[in-house]
Amino acid sequence: MIYSIGIDSGSTATKGILYDGNNKEIVDKIITPTGWSPKKACEFIRDEFMKKYNLKREELYIVSTGYGRVSIDFVDDSLTEITCHGKGAFFLSEDTRTILDIGGQDSKVIKIDNSGNIVDFLMNDKCAAGTGRFLEVMMNLLGSDLEDLDIITKGAVPAKINSMCTVFAESEVISILAQGETKESVAAGILNSIASKISTLAGRMNVESDIMFTGGLAQSEELTKLISEKLEKTVNTDPLSQYNGAIGAAIVGWQKAKRRNRKNSP
Amino acid sequence: MNYSLPKAFQEFDDAKKENFIKMKDLKEKGKNVVGTYCTYSPTEIIKAAKAIPVGLCAMSDESIEDAEKHLPRNLCPLIKSSYGYALTDSCPYFYFSDLILGETTCDGKKKMYELMNEVKPVHLMQLPQTTEGQMSFDLWKSEIIKFKERLEEEFDIRISDEDLKKAIKDRNKERKALKSVYELGKMVPPPFTGENLLSVLYGTTFKFTTEEIIDSLSELRENALKEYENGNRPVSEDKPRILITGCPMAGATMKIVKLIEENGGTVVCFENCTGLKAIEELVNEDIDAYDALAEKYLNIPCSVMTPNEDRFKLLQRLIKEYNIDGVVEMVLQACHTYAIESYNTKNAVNLVNDTPFISVETDYSQSDIGQLKTRLTAFLEML
Repeated sequence: MIYSIGIDSGSTATKGILYDGNNKEIVDKIITPTGWSPKKACEFIRDEFMKKYNLKREELYIVSTGYGRVSIDFVDDSLTEITCHGKGAFFLSEDTRTILDIGGQDSKVIKIDNSGNIVDFLMNDKCAAGTGRFLEVMMNLLGSDLEDLDIITKGAVPAKINSMCTVFAESEVISILAQGETKESVAAGILNSIASKISTLAGRMNVESDIMFTGGLAQSEELTKLISEKLEKTVNTDPLSQYNGAIGAAIVGWQKAKRRNRKNSP
Repeated sequence: MNYSLPKAFQEFDDAKKENFIKMKDLKEKGKNVVGTYCTYSPTEIIKAAKAIPVGLCAMSDESIEDAEKHLPRNLCPLIKSSYGYALTDSCPYFYFSDLILGETTCDGKKKMYELMNEVKPVHLMQLPQTTEGQMSFDLWKSEIIKFKERLEEEFDIRISDEDLKKAIKDRNKERKALKSVYELGKMVPPPFTGENLLSVLYGTTFKFTTEEIIDSLSELRENALKEYENGNRPVSEDKPRILITGCPMAGATMKIVKLIEENGGTVVCFENCTGLKAIEELVNEDIDAYDALAEKYLNIPCSVMTPNEDRFKLLQRLIKEYNIDGVVEMVLQACHTYAIESYNTKNAVNLVNDTPFISVETDYSQSDIGQLKTRLTAFLEML
């Protein structure tokens, strides 16, 4: 075997990592919109890696994770995103003990030990409150792009948004805008409400440092800052944090492949 | 005759579906029936009145839509399901019941019984909110006596102390028989799956005579052990051993057990009300019957009681006795008492060798299977 591939089939984006376990390094990464077919997005990632590096299927060990993991039939194994996020964050920094992850449709707090094993975790309720989806809906409402998030919220006084539910918050935001609040302060208010939600979830566990913030929203410096203020603790991010689940899947894949090879060799 | 273990489990699983025919026969022979919903129901009184106690339908979502015509949506599914079955008269056991027995356990149930009383007479027992102190004990004892008097009046009979002593002995025998089966879960690996075990625990409540219960359970036990010794192990030894706690579980919520067992774990112990919570402790046969009943039922460690330290002690003991690797708590949507108690439950569980704990909230729909699967699988991956 040459490489392992980890594929994180998220509700919004599908992430792929090509991993070289011998040198403990990430060879390449791909991100693509999940679209209506998680399976197609996963196949795309597999094919891209195989084409680009001229790899055969038997030279690879593929592990899937994320909500779409069950729909993929070509993988060697699949694991929940909780386990993979734990392994991924530990790879990015071995000092990580708590992971805050905000994904497209859920958010989670995961605690790991000094070997990267999961000790405890919590996931949000079964709704979009405080997730990437929530932010997406709100930004659409404001006619803004997710990429501009940090630019428009920087220095703005956050408007108070009480509703956590995406549907209720939408009507609340409409009425706040009608009262003349600026787009900037509404956007800051939305970030504030997301930060509150994940901090409350984290507060239900005994959060230990170092804390790593992962998922697509971890790209927002403003949101990271807000969460750090609410928890009164340093919150780290990593340029690769959106790939965290895929990294974890690739690492577990490498370990599993090694074990499999050991079993098969005489 | 050849005994088939899978058939025996199936028979327990089908008991609810099939045994209403037996109940019909008993009714035609002039037997009275008292329907119950809760483990606080002192079934000994019902048996002493020569009537049949039966647990009523409350475990499926098919009756919830009708219940929501009168009840709020944001209410525990068990309460909605119970009421829906009553309202639509679609539970055969409710249909055959001459009287319904309810207790003032949680807020949702006690207010629902007011509405149910308009469908069929409900005798409501006032359950104290604490197990501590003489006043609680006296109240509960007098409620048990009041219930006895109600049955005497309804059925025009006299319940003698001898009748009651006999009923207590019989119910204790039933408890011991159940215990001798569920305690096999202590074996490593266990001789049955958690799904099988739950079918037995729940199915037994739809068997109506002490003889039938004891015979079917001891036969099952013997054969399960025989199969086990012959090397037929339905569960492999390396599976993480799970204890289930929280709200009553059966019917629609069997999904939790299935998800655990399909994703690598095995359920070896049910601490909840469908499980051993109300079976572990017997009724004292050596003291005054009413004192003994009051003591036994008041000691059930349900989250409606405050404080409820005994639940934590029970959990801690079971974790050790059953070699538990992880505890899964199921809280039904809008069950405040279990949801709030969850925080202390987790701490109590973690105290025993850092045993991992997860609490999942669910209702009777099957729409959250995906989310539950992720949470439970992640929990099992962690063990």
